[in-house]
Amino acid sequence: MNKSTLLFCSISLVTSLLAASNAFAAGITGAGATFPYPIYAKWADTYKTQTGISVNYQSIGSGGGIKQIIAKTVNFGASDMPLKPETLEENGLMQFPAVMGGVVPVINIPGVAVGQLKLDGKVLADIFLGKITKWNDPALRALNPGAKLPNKTIIVVHRSDGSGTTFIFTNYLSKVSPEWKSAVGEGTAVSWKTGTGGKGNEGVASYVQRIKNSIGYVEYAYALQNKMTYAQLKNNDGQFVKPNDASFKAAATNADWEKTPGFYELLTNEPGKESWPITGATFILMHKEQDKSERAKEALKFFDWAYSNGGEMAEALDYVPMPEKVQQLVRAAWKAQIKDNKGKAIWK
Amino acid sequence: MPTFLREVHMKRHNLLDILFRNITRLSAFAVLLLLVAIIVSLVIGSIPSIKSFGFKFLTSAEWNPVMEEFGALIPIIGTLATSAIALLIAIPVSFGIALFLTELSPRWLRRPLGIAIELLAGIPSIIYGMWGLFVFAPLFADHVQPWLIEELGPLPIFGPLFQGIPMGIGMLTAGIILAIMVIPFIASVMRDVFEVVPTLLKESAYGLGATTWEVMWHVVLPYTKIGVAGGIMLGLGRALGETMAVTFVIGNAHELSASLLMPGNSISSALANEFNEAVGELYTSALIELGLILFLITFIVLSLARYMLYMLTKREGSTT
Repeated sequence: MNKSTLLFCSISLVTSLLAASNAFAAGITGAGATFPYPIYAKWADTYKTQTGISVNYQSIGSGGGIKQIIAKTVNFGASDMPLKPETLEENGLMQFPAVMGGVVPVINIPGVAVGQLKLDGKVLADIFLGKITKWNDPALRALNPGAKLPNKTIIVVHRSDGSGTTFIFTNYLSKVSPEWKSAVGEGTAVSWKTGTGGKGNEGVASYVQRIKNSIGYVEYAYALQNKMTYAQLKNNDGQFVKPNDASFKAAATNADWEKTPGFYELLTNEPGKESWPITGATFILMHKEQDKSERAKEALKFFDWAYSNGGEMAEALDYVPMPEKVQQLVRAAWKAQIKDNKGKAIWK
Repeated sequence: MPTFLREVHMKRHNLLDILFRNITRLSAFAVLLLLVAIIVSLVIGSIPSIKSFGFKFLTSAEWNPVMEEFGALIPIIGTLATSAIALLIAIPVSFGIALFLTELSPRWLRRPLGIAIELLAGIPSIIYGMWGLFVFAPLFADHVQPWLIEELGPLPIFGPLFQGIPMGIGMLTAGIILAIMVIPFIASVMRDVFEVVPTLLKESAYGLGATTWEVMWHVVLPYTKIGVAGGIMLGLGRALGETMAVTFVIGNAHELSASLLMPGNSISSALANEFNEAVGELYTSALIELGLILFLITFIVLSLARYMLYMLTKREGSTT
């Protein structure tokens, strides 16, 4: 009793305190997704030393970020899952991608080295559906001729908390497996058919590292930092690709950003020989009509600065900066969509 | 001292007394008020979920955030099962610890052992969780679980409880970690109450030729049963609500399985995991209703315990 009610109370207390402090704090305020928190914090820190303007970002989760921006308690919200154009319209919001990352399947099979195992979308979906249960299943052996795959039960590890990572991963599986789409679907949290849940990327990473014959999915940065064994994936063009900066960038470049309204672009299963199939961007949400146009302008200046100067910092933290082409589109969208209360464009 | 002076003195005392009484009353009522406020806010928060699922919420094993279908059966079972495993292990061990400390241990060993147990009670739960995941679970998966699966798995009735894959994490691991966490609570209460048993009673029994076991079982335990039950309830209360340590090792899967070796979920760990990123009113509401259910479970368990003790003392009164 005590713990959970305490948790509930403290969460509501923290949220209300947050709302209060954000309303009065100087500088730019933002709240939302946890996945991009390290890079936003790094950008904010560098920006402060260069310009003296502070950006206060609270990583309270994408769901919380969406609630906060709708309630106008922050200058910008952040979400790993892009909002649908209808939802944006309904709440008078616009969104743009800030930075990208990739989701990679990680495995722990004794004797199988990094990047050795090859998977395709259907097999991956079947493993997470609980249809393929052994590592030496014929479907896996067909993809990996010559590899030594043990006759062991596959232990599936997924996220136990709601997460943008899960959204990107399940969005990919929905695209490549009709069965996944009808049985599970996509979302930040889904009804898993099998497996164990770890809290956060670090939770999944530690489960996979500790449980033999397991498979999970984590953000690329976590796989790299924990030196985990990742698998190759067959992409839309039928090529096997390894996850790295180049293959994430290829996916982003091949995406058709221009034709998608509201940047509702999911970079999963993109065409292109080198594209990594489970790539995703994380998004910033802002109101289209700004009562405090000065604050909005400062926020846009910050992201403009981050686009122009933050690329190297992003790469150092294993994120992928948005391609130049996409940056230009975003700047054009700012100009066209974000207005002050007199209807004048804030970004010039 | 003249009379009127004494009266003035008394009056001032009375005033202070009234003030003091009211302050204590206020503090007591504040707790009550807080409790009511928490219940009310939990109920209000869970109204959308109660409206759409009704009583089915308690019996449904579905937990599907995409389709917005929620049921509490799996977390309820997980909470009760892990707490039951914890008590099953913790009660005999705690009894042994308390017995050794009060009756058998050499005098010089009592203090260090007692302090060690109290220190164990002071370790934050997240440390138990991390230790469980990083140290205990791998050892358990490599050395104990394979044996459980092979030896106990094929048994007819209990078998299904021990079938599955040796993963190290799961309901049984969560129960064992919880047991380690509640042992210091139960053991220290048991030791304290065993110590208040009059030496006269024990020595009389020893004088009649009773063994240590007989003295414990027939003299000490009946004399202290209310305190012992209180200690167990304290442990149960902690086990039911424990969040972080359980989250680390239970596996956090909304999956119904007969086996204790498979991952499950408990109410508090579902809340800790999912509250942050719960999108939509119904999802949040279902989680708050889970909190309400945990509140009710704890309330029912504690009331039952009180009732049991009440009946116990009443029966005693009539026989003697």
